[in-house]
Amino acid sequence: MEFKDYYEIMGVARDASQEEIKRAYRRLARKYHPDVSKEADAETRFKEVGEAYEVLKDPEKRAAYDRLGANWKAGQEFHPPPGWDAGFEFRGGGFTAGDTSAFSDFFDALFGRGFAGAGERHAAYHARGEDHHARILIDLEDAFHGANRTITLQLPELDARGHLRTRQRTLKVHIPRGVRQGQRIRLAGQGAPGTGGGPAGDLYLEVEFKPHPFYRVEERDLYLDLPLAPWEAALGAKVKVPTPGGVVDLSIPPNSGSGRRLRLKGRGIPGRPAGDLYVVLRIALPPADSPRARELYRRMEREMNFNPRAKLGV
Amino acid sequence: MLPVMTGMLLDEENTVTLAELCHACAVHAEWILELVDEGVLEPMSGPAGRYRFPAVSLQRALTVRHLQRDLGINLAGAALVMDLMDEIRVLRARLRIVEHER
Repeated sequence: MEFKDYYEIMGVARDASQEEIKRAYRRLARKYHPDVSKEADAETRFKEVGEAYEVLKDPEKRAAYDRLGANWKAGQEFHPPPGWDAGFEFRGGGFTAGDTSAFSDFFDALFGRGFAGAGERHAAYHARGEDHHARILIDLEDAFHGANRTITLQLPELDARGHLRTRQRTLKVHIPRGVRQGQRIRLAGQGAPGTGGGPAGDLYLEVEFKPHPFYRVEERDLYLDLPLAPWEAALGAKVKVPTPGGVVDLSIPPNSGSGRRLRLKGRGIPGRPAGDLYVVLRIALPPADSPRARELYRRMEREMNFNPRAKLGV
Repeated sequence: MLPVMTGMLLDEENTVTLAELCHACAVHAEWILELVDEGVLEPMSGPAGRYRFPAVSLQRALTVRHLQRDLGINLAGAALVMDLMDEIRVLRARLRIVEHER
């Protein structure tokens, strides 16, 4: 197993005071709290920080950890020296953490797991299993039609000897029509099994849309950039527009400037009410890449008397 | 072939009972009612004790419970965090759209 440098994880010196450690923990816990943080690895970091704090906040565990010496580097292959914890009483007792089941093998080897789920005290409570959380990536189109998607989860588990290992679990989940970015799907009883005959926890899947090549999503509304030729924007036109529900015809009013938004009501993500599709007009510049094209631009310059910077007073 | 599992979408249309909320969050009803008093959860009409909640309440209640347990935030503070997170979520979505339009 790998050595864990709890001081490095907490960002404190080895001689930090208990107060400094507490402050560092509070700050990091807020920063990486999975319900709040947008960091990609927030959950992993949050657990790491929780584990480090569990050791460093307790003077006995900290003293025992310090006895391993300062020469270990994070990630180095590690086996606890025999009898390393002699003289300390925390093994199998005095354990206060609420949830240690997510802690690492390294923690497990040093401080045991006596009270972390497998212990007799918990078993007597018929403890409910832990909830699991995962993210499921879907296509925008799935929200329009509904879909069944397969998801593979990595589950930390205790084996018969109480060691932590990872098991793969594959599920096929129904994605309901009308689902929105960030919503959660709850699969009751699909979390960790309970202990002592307690009920299993639940599995929560947070829905996330894969980035779409041309639609952007806000709640149920969609935004689409629609390129127009200058004459379409100036004279008005009827153009074809893609929507997730199929191609539609859209009338462009004459004198439509770049950035103008046209709303296609009810063409967003289905629901009650359905979202809208906003078409944002973009005027595409025809390239002046031939004598003929250049002559057309010069003629416009001569004949149109147009100052695009009139509002700037220049 | 894997069987297809159908869960509950935690949105505004599906509903859960007070008992279901308590069970899913592993809390007592009193705690849920405190969240109602604090304005974090809004039950739909119906006499107290027969409350129904929009299913998204389940996610909100869980988040508040995690904030309380992990960060030691009190209910009023957690309520404020929830409001700010809602606002940030809306602003982030808008930012994505505006950034693209520049």
